[in-house]
Amino acid sequence: MSQNTRRDFIASSLVAGVTLAGCATKNPFTAEEIPDVKPSGEMVKLLSVDGEIIEVDKAFLKPVPALPASMNTIEREGIAGKKFAMVIDLSRCKSVKKCQTACNHMHHIHPGQNWIKVYPMQDAEHSAPYWQPTTCMHCDEPPCVKVCPVDATFKRKDGIVLIDSDRCIGCRFCMAACPYSTRVFNWEEPKIEKAIADKPYSCETSVPQKVGTVGKCDFCPDMVRQGNLPHCVSACPNGVFFFGDILEDSVTNGSETFRFSELIKDKAGYRLMEDLGTKPSVYYLPPVNRNFPFENKEESGVEEKKA
Amino acid sequence: MDKLREDKIIADLLPQEFGKQGRIWVICLLFIAALGVFAYGRQLYYGLEVTAMRDYASWGIYISNFVFFVAISLVGSLITAVLRLTNVKWSTPLTRIAEIIAVSAITFASLIIIVDMGRPERFYNLFLHGRLQSPIIWDVIVITTYFFISLLLLYFPLLPDLKIMIGFKERNGKWLQRLYEFLGSFWKNKAAQFKITDKAINILAIAIIPVAFSIHTVTSWLFATTYRPGWDSTNFGAYFISGAFLVGAGGVVVAMYIFRTHYKLEKYITDDHFDRMGKVLVLLALLYLYFNFNEFLVPAFKMKKSEEEHLLGLFTGEFAPIFWFAIFTSMFIPIFILLFKKGRRPLPAFIAGILVVVGSWFKRFLIVTPTLLHPFLPMHDVPANYHHYIPTWEEWAIAGGSLAGALLVITFFARIFPIIPIHETIIETESLENEKHF
Repeated sequence: MSQNTRRDFIASSLVAGVTLAGCATKNPFTAEEIPDVKPSGEMVKLLSVDGEIIEVDKAFLKPVPALPASMNTIEREGIAGKKFAMVIDLSRCKSVKKCQTACNHMHHIHPGQNWIKVYPMQDAEHSAPYWQPTTCMHCDEPPCVKVCPVDATFKRKDGIVLIDSDRCIGCRFCMAACPYSTRVFNWEEPKIEKAIADKPYSCETSVPQKVGTVGKCDFCPDMVRQGNLPHCVSACPNGVFFFGDILEDSVTNGSETFRFSELIKDKAGYRLMEDLGTKPSVYYLPPVNRNFPFENKEESGVEEKKA
Repeated sequence: MDKLREDKIIADLLPQEFGKQGRIWVICLLFIAALGVFAYGRQLYYGLEVTAMRDYASWGIYISNFVFFVAISLVGSLITAVLRLTNVKWSTPLTRIAEIIAVSAITFASLIIIVDMGRPERFYNLFLHGRLQSPIIWDVIVITTYFFISLLLLYFPLLPDLKIMIGFKERNGKWLQRLYEFLGSFWKNKAAQFKITDKAINILAIAIIPVAFSIHTVTSWLFATTYRPGWDSTNFGAYFISGAFLVGAGGVVVAMYIFRTHYKLEKYITDDHFDRMGKVLVLLALLYLYFNFNEFLVPAFKMKKSEEEHLLGLFTGEFAPIFWFAIFTSMFIPIFILLFKKGRRPLPAFIAGILVVVGSWFKRFLIVTPTLLHPFLPMHDVPANYHHYIPTWEEWAIAGGSLAGALLVITFFARIFPIIPIHETIIETESLENEKHF
């Protein structure tokens, strides 16, 4: 039995165990069960597992800690009725790289690796330079998924492309296939705190990274599932990244929200390497009417000396 | 044919024990292979960190070695199938050499691909979760098929020879005798048996041609199915196959020379064989040259932005010394040597063969790695050492060890089995004599 199916089995049996335990006791919503709590009189309507609407006193509801969608099959399926997209406004980026720091920190990436890269770009000799942050493009025709021999990288219903590090054989064909140089490889045992490294791997958190397997930006589906924004979006002080659902036609950077279609139309949004036919889910707004001038301190200073 | 002549042929061609030279050769190969195993042990322990491969140059000399092995294994189908089906008689003494090169090379191609994997212990996932849409799965399927067909093409013609060898019980010793009996004691030289094997060999010889074309075409597709400049080419399948026949034929010429001089087989691997194989090599080198022109001249004429950096890197840049070395040693110089009748004598042909094989190995490296160092988006936000690829000693040791391993398989095969088919040689000599009589 592979590690995944074993974990799924444990997870599902745990769920089953909890349900059974719940059934064995008496009605948990009666006052005798929780003697310390006084009914507040405020009733809340809930849908029972049988599909009936029941009323429960608010005082008897206990907050449940957020549970990760730990079942591999659910993680592989994605969130129904969603189609996630990102819009990156190049006119707002000045390469602060808070996105990168937050991403590296939250995903416990091996030091030196970056899933988000911020490229100094200049398209032609006389054209203006600009900063271009790249995440995984979460393509609708993902070349990486096409070539993966073992279904370790996969495309979900909601458009997100993820990696199952428990299944990846480390052939690196996906890295050769990706034209956006999005994917990184764990050439050595990733340096992670033991507590994190011992956790079971989840495709949605992409944690913990494992030696001999591929990693990349995952659009933070664990955050999205909880109704939060991906780490890079909320970390950016300049509101460069917008995230949202194309089916809802809205994207937000946390403080501003736009209709996705209008934003793309008004600001002439585009995608990278459209001619390859990969159909990315990441859109770019051109670097016009910029908030900041382009200053490449990093290139003329630190980076060049190293190389 | 008289019994005496037949006995002479058998005596000449029976496998011989290693002499002093042979022992030194085997010890050297064992040493190189052991070093490779040691280096692989380190790689298993520390991870692929011990290699110089990084996120950009994510495939290095393991993969180029894989392509080289797959390429050289194609010669089995060329000599045993293509020449057999076109009724070429002179290639008979070379069939077994070609077939054992094919079997050992394809074996080590499979091994080196496992060496390249980040998680080799999950190899079973290919069978558990294999997805038919991935060219890697196509490769697994056709390489396995090719391996078994090649093995059978090695085994069936060996059966009459096994019967001959079983007759030399005292010479063989206990272990070899057991091995021969295990493999071939059912063979009684009956007409019905010959009828079955002849038919089987014919079927396999036909079947192996599309499979051989598949293994190398699919191997080329591991690259050509991506978008990268230098790989994104419809020329790749034919380019790979022509190059494969070239390096395989070069390998056979080298092996012919070594077996001929070491086992004193001048009567069986004649100067005429070198002359003919030399001509075959020229033809194949010209063919490969043609596909090289296609592969480089057409994109260089246009110099698309994405291709420019890659092409200039090969022609005049970082990889230019290896590029021109590979082009000259694998094509121009061998063509020049072998175009002359004197150049097709055994020794010069042997040298040309070595040049072809060495040049072809570096050519495979140039196909794999430079492309990866020229991605669409410039390399950025990575450590400085990601920008170049210079293989570590572990990588050289493992690649060298796999080459030594393939040579060991061929060497031990020649020690255990007759490297030139005895039975077929007797039949050929007979029919030649009969022709003379009439």
